[in-house]
Amino acid sequence: MSKDKPEYLINRKDNQYEVVIGLEVHAQVTSESKLFSTSSTKFGAEPNTQVSLVDAAFPGMLPVINEFCVKQAIKTGIGLKAKINKRSVFDRKNYFYADLPQGYQISQFKDPIVGEGKVILDMPDGQKEVGIERLHLEQDAGKSIHDLDPKNTFVDLNRSGVALMEIVSKPDLRSPEEVNAYVKKLRSIMRYLGTCDGNMQEGSLRADVNVSVRRKGTKEFGTRCEIKNVNSIKFMQMAIEYEANRQVDLIEDGQSIDQETRLFDTKKNETRSMRSKEDAHDYRYFPDPDLLPLEVSDDFIEKLKLEIPELPDEKKKRFIEKFKLSPYEATILVSDNETSNYFENVIKKSDVKLATNWIIGELFAALNEKNLEITESPISAGNLSKLINLIKDGTISGKIAKTVFEHMMEGDKDPKKIVEEKGLKQESDPKALEALIDKVIDDNREKATEYKSGKVKLFGFFVGQVMKVSGGKANPQLVNEILKKKL
Amino acid sequence: MSDITKQSLSELIKNIKDKKLSSTEVTKAFVERSEKSKELNVYVTEDFSAAIDKAKKFDENPNLDLKLPGIPMAVKDLFCTKNIKTTAGSKILNNFIPTYESTVTQNIWNEGAILLGKLNCDEFAMGSSNETSFFGNVQNPIDKDLVPGGSSGGSSSAVAAQLTPITIGTDTGGSIRQPASFTGTVGLKPTYGSCSRYGIVAFASSLDQAGPMAQNVRDCALLHEVISSYDEKDSTSIDFKRNNYVQELTNNIKGKKIGIPKEYRVDGMPKEIEDLWKKGIDYVKDCGAEIIDISLPHTNYALPTYYIVAPAEASSNLARYDGVKYGFRADGENLIDMYEKTRSEGFGAEVQRRIMIGTYVLSSGYYDAYYLKAQKVRKLIKNDFDEAYKKVDAILTPSTPSSAFKIGEKTNDPVSMYLNDIFTVPVNLAGLPGISIPAGHDAKGYPLGLQIIGKAFDEQNILNIAYAMEEKINFKNKITDWWIK
Repeated sequence: MSKDKPEYLINRKDNQYEVVIGLEVHAQVTSESKLFSTSSTKFGAEPNTQVSLVDAAFPGMLPVINEFCVKQAIKTGIGLKAKINKRSVFDRKNYFYADLPQGYQISQFKDPIVGEGKVILDMPDGQKEVGIERLHLEQDAGKSIHDLDPKNTFVDLNRSGVALMEIVSKPDLRSPEEVNAYVKKLRSIMRYLGTCDGNMQEGSLRADVNVSVRRKGTKEFGTRCEIKNVNSIKFMQMAIEYEANRQVDLIEDGQSIDQETRLFDTKKNETRSMRSKEDAHDYRYFPDPDLLPLEVSDDFIEKLKLEIPELPDEKKKRFIEKFKLSPYEATILVSDNETSNYFENVIKKSDVKLATNWIIGELFAALNEKNLEITESPISAGNLSKLINLIKDGTISGKIAKTVFEHMMEGDKDPKKIVEEKGLKQESDPKALEALIDKVIDDNREKATEYKSGKVKLFGFFVGQVMKVSGGKANPQLVNEILKKKL
Repeated sequence: MSDITKQSLSELIKNIKDKKLSSTEVTKAFVERSEKSKELNVYVTEDFSAAIDKAKKFDENPNLDLKLPGIPMAVKDLFCTKNIKTTAGSKILNNFIPTYESTVTQNIWNEGAILLGKLNCDEFAMGSSNETSFFGNVQNPIDKDLVPGGSSGGSSSAVAAQLTPITIGTDTGGSIRQPASFTGTVGLKPTYGSCSRYGIVAFASSLDQAGPMAQNVRDCALLHEVISSYDEKDSTSIDFKRNNYVQELTNNIKGKKIGIPKEYRVDGMPKEIEDLWKKGIDYVKDCGAEIIDISLPHTNYALPTYYIVAPAEASSNLARYDGVKYGFRADGENLIDMYEKTRSEGFGAEVQRRIMIGTYVLSSGYYDAYYLKAQKVRKLIKNDFDEAYKKVDAILTPSTPSSAFKIGEKTNDPVSMYLNDIFTVPVNLAGLPGISIPAGHDAKGYPLGLQIIGKAFDEQNILNIAYAMEEKINFKNKITDWWIK
């Protein structure tokens, strides 16, 4: 790490504090059926319509591992450049709650399926490596609904038994910005892999955030607090800022920090104590006797490696080397698979430099304005490619292209047709332009004389006039050439 | 035929196949005898009229190629039966009617058998005398006020009293073999993974195993053949080649090496048991088998190990009975209060005791000292057997340290109750098959059993040894029908 890096520090009087953050991300495995049953995992179904006897923990029901979910976890591990554990064990995490039908969650405690790995963050000032401690598979619980009735709580078990990957980072994060970059990168990797859709609105990605502070320069970690179940990156950042400042204030005040679990109140923008360390559950983990240890062969893992697509880091490298993109451009274009696919489709038949600028500039701005994903873009990659080629071959100017682009955003139309229908084609016929220019010079005799007598600044005036008269369609390069000759 | 209920399963099947008896006649005979035997309290749920209807239907178009053609049969109330109340002997499941069928019972119905009803058992199979059942204790047909053993006490009593020709029980620490021994019947605990646990109310998942209970070894072999199957719905089910146990049954055990473990000569073992064991040794010698002294050095630790592992798993397995989804619910001020009231009122004292023990041994700070250590000892116990089986083909021991005891005799002394399982629990801990056969009587005329323990998946071998011994022993149960007025 370079010394002149902008650090995220909390300043108080004479002291500066560093914030230390570790994340436990809960990512829902993309799969048709649940981790230990065949019920559907589809989001948004009527309550309790996707619940099997296993999910509802009926007497004598037994879990059977879903091999697809195991594959998804291993693929994610490979994507995190992590050690895949050929033998892992499912444990029971015991606690009582109305939306936990078994009275325990099947999780992995001592022997997770994936061990240490890493994630590379692209920060504005360079790259940063964040360590992954582990990834394990576990069941989701159901949902308790407290606000439908003044006296009763309703329970929806549709989520009960859905496969989650808990991805635990090392305490390597140092700022809300890094947390933002980390979660986005993690999500990007999983989306590339197709192992988690990363949809935070639907709860497919949530995190428990561990925050501690320490005086700048100290090596020992401070006492940490865990903020439970934060479901958006923005809230994570807000919660960290609040929590770090709260802890610093306590230290400055001479008080100590209690290790505890806290909740983030999104309305008040503050964290609140949920339970102290003393009140922490004793989960009585032990290996689930209904499930044998999960053993996977080298062959099984090797076959999965063959299914791993090019991931963002490798793709970025390729974009920089092959297409001569800047690291900044490459980072943006590889941020998700759909964007990079779009980009690669556009440049199949058109200029890379122009395509990069148009996608990162015009297209992203327009999509953003309409709140659309790249996959929902009204402009297909093929049509954007055509538009770029119209610029490149001089059919239209860059300026006109923007008008055409706006039309295209209204509906996916062929840019050539728009140019023809609207008569936006650039005038590149030298004879026609000469006639136009002759007329402009004729109309501005005095200025032409001034120009000839040395007032060269007036050249711009003439270009402007020609463009105006042509309705912006005159080929600017040709106009320059001809004007120079005529004047 | 007036003596239908006295016939063995094999006889009944032959008579049905030869069309000398109809399923309806057989079913009615067992129903009638069951009706007259209410005092034994073996049934939690009777399904008699439906059974007779099913028998009539069977007779209309009898499929005589099935292994259990039209045979009526009651089963332990730990097996979930579709649309028939399944209680596990507990108040907490007193209103529970499954919408599904256990794999083991499904295998039985697939072979043409007909459900008579659900048999009493210790609550969640936790007990050795059937006295922990919410539905009251079961009488042993051998003598009034005698326990039938447990936890499959309703099953052993029903077979001994000929209220069902055969039955199935479950065995977590001896729950098939000990009641078989107490009632003069045959009970087999198969190798762990042989019979599917799907649809069986769980007690201790790593030990639970369903098995057949019958009046003789042949019937036992036949029922085992029916219930043992690989099942993808149970992740601990094992896909191995299963024998045709009846067809391959033989009394020729010449040259078999039978181990006698010295550690099973426990302190204070009654002379009657010692003598029975000696007699058993003579019988196998008579059959041409060779007796070899062996050592199972960690036997002493089996009981404490079992009483850590089984309650630990049970404490977690029984967490699902919380009043939220099904079963008994007591109203409460809030969720926690509802949990506490439901579980305090819904579970009996022995179940609560084991949940407490299990919760304790899994607690942070105690886990290593108890649960983890118990798992290590369990491994040592298994290793003992592995070593022994390098020298012998099977092991012969008494089934229990005593004959059946009186109702109420041990209810206030859990440890003395637990000691009943001393010869049976090591077999569960090691996942091996074990069979108990009646081998004699004590001074009071109560039956005593011998246990033959086999190698994993070697049920055929212990069935054969039991079959050969049965012939020599020629055991006759002394049942007077005292409960029939």
